[in-house]
Amino acid sequence: MKNLRKYREIWLLAAIAVLIGLISTRFPGFADPANLRQVFNDTSILMILALGQMVVILTRSIDLSMASNLCFTGMVVAMLNAAHPAIPIPALIVIALLVGLVLGAINGLLVWRLNIPSIVVTLGTLTIYRGATFVVSGGAWVNADQMSPDFINFQRAAFLGLPVLSWIALLVIALFFVVMTRTQIGRSIYAIGVNPTASVYAGIDVGRTKFIVFCISGMIGGLAGYLWISRYVIASVEVANGYELNIIAACVIGGISIAGGIGSVGGAVLGALFLGIISNALPVINISPFWQMAISGSAIILAVVLNARGERRQGRIILRKAEAA
Amino acid sequence: MTDAPHPRHIPDRLDKPLSSAIFSWEALLVVIAVLIFTVNSFASPYFLDPWSLSDLTFNFTEKALIALAMALLIISGEIDLSVAAIVALASTMMGMAVQAGAGTPVLVAIGIVVGLGCGAFNGLLVTRLGLPSIVVTIGTMSLFRGIAFIILGDQAYKGYPESFAFFGQGYVWWVFSFELALFLVAALIYWFVLHRTSFGRRVFAIGNNPVACQFSGVRVDRIKFILFCLTGLMSGIASVLITSRLGSTRPSIAQGYELEAITMVVLGGVSILGGAGSILGVVLAAFIMGLVTFGLGLLNVPGIVMSIFIGLLLIIVIALPIVWRRLREGRFA
Repeated sequence: MKNLRKYREIWLLAAIAVLIGLISTRFPGFADPANLRQVFNDTSILMILALGQMVVILTRSIDLSMASNLCFTGMVVAMLNAAHPAIPIPALIVIALLVGLVLGAINGLLVWRLNIPSIVVTLGTLTIYRGATFVVSGGAWVNADQMSPDFINFQRAAFLGLPVLSWIALLVIALFFVVMTRTQIGRSIYAIGVNPTASVYAGIDVGRTKFIVFCISGMIGGLAGYLWISRYVIASVEVANGYELNIIAACVIGGISIAGGIGSVGGAVLGALFLGIISNALPVINISPFWQMAISGSAIILAVVLNARGERRQGRIILRKAEAA
Repeated sequence: MTDAPHPRHIPDRLDKPLSSAIFSWEALLVVIAVLIFTVNSFASPYFLDPWSLSDLTFNFTEKALIALAMALLIISGEIDLSVAAIVALASTMMGMAVQAGAGTPVLVAIGIVVGLGCGAFNGLLVTRLGLPSIVVTIGTMSLFRGIAFIILGDQAYKGYPESFAFFGQGYVWWVFSFELALFLVAALIYWFVLHRTSFGRRVFAIGNNPVACQFSGVRVDRIKFILFCLTGLMSGIASVLITSRLGSTRPSIAQGYELEAITMVVLGGVSILGGAGSILGVVLAAFIMGLVTFGLGLLNVPGIVMSIFIGLLLIIVIALPIVWRRLREGRFA
């Protein structure tokens, strides 16, 4: 039992189970496996984005430009597809990853080389990247009929009972899990968040690691750009406007400390799922979707209040684990 | 060894040489402002007209009023991302009051009280529960605007009384609008409070080292609470102005203002890490942002492209002194 209390993911999982139970009393079909698969698929993009944001927040930084990156990359990919429908989808995904990487690297370089606080850098690039979307598109939209059928259907194709989008999300989750728990860079990211000064003495290049996390969040933003556009089949300057705060909200609900160093892949995924379940459930239980914002706001505040307790203790435990190892 | 301690003289203010004033952040901002002003007046024949210059100020006064209080908050090491949501909630409440037949004085009072209440709520969460303000205010941002959405849905409130229009559309004297006059008076008050009172000195001290302040007998939490209330209050005032100017309320009112207000503060030379900054810088930054958006607007540049310039301005202005210092020390990159 003591072991259970240590892991806030279990509490979050319990909260999600209670939430699903409550919704089921109003709408029995909600807990149906088919419906839950649908909810997972609907939340896939937010989960991927939350993971990208998580690695940034773990290093005591923040990336406010993710949604703008998503918008820009999505527009570039959609325009490429409209102009050259022959480009295969995997190649487009690689292009999306690369474009996102470049945008993330710009953030990372400014943070690393010029030591500008990440909140300032990404506040600037938030508006720049979205403005750049307007410049490349000339304000025009890319509509469903301009996109190739492959572009739209790739993520919808069923594979072993799940849509490709869900598989991509699962793949990204697995990848992040391995990187964060089994590699040196994952360890460094946690270490920087817990104690940057000690990390320097331990031989970790703090600036370079921060550069890498911004590259990661940039690539994730780019990948989500393709997925978002092909899911909602419209590319415009307004895509995902203000979504950066939803991503951060998912992280906060998932127990990732904004002060850095605390958080897990499972937490980010569950935090995103929590928000996804709420937005999926409101229409089916006849609550006006206008309630969604206030509900997720309350969830964020509640999550911070609960997570604030024992956050210090949690930090020490991570250190002790590392000492023992 | 047994010398009597020197009767040390500690001046109220440190004397600054002229050179430090010339190379100060504010001087850089003045140069940029003059530059943009000159470019604008050559680029568009409509720019140098008292009335279009007066229109220019409507671009930024509401956000700048919020930025004044935000500057103090950021100097103290906190931040408030919920200001735009407070504007929306206060405006919604005013709209409800109008439907109930409230007059102008009641509307203004409601706007200000709702703003103050929201600010106090943020302040309580941050100081009483010891939570990080960036996360708390992301939460309250959704909560406040969410309440506005619950009340209004896709509707809008209209029918504000005629006399209410003065705050956002009226002029005090010739081309000087009420909004501009209010902003200048507020800027003067904030300048005095931050740079000429012990309260202001404490705000700087808290931003530099809150723990040392606590041990020095400064009531850190109380001052932070007051600063959150002030930010809420200014958001309430801004809500009165913007509601009066637009004459209607939608739940999406003032969307994105929080980031623009923070951009103003940071552009004004306030350290996002706390502990440094000046009101003069924030006022200059507000004018610069107004000049850029208005000048580009006269040239028919779309709003979204203007935001590129604002973003670039923010990063370049922050990066320039850093690059300059590195170049002089000869250890770039």
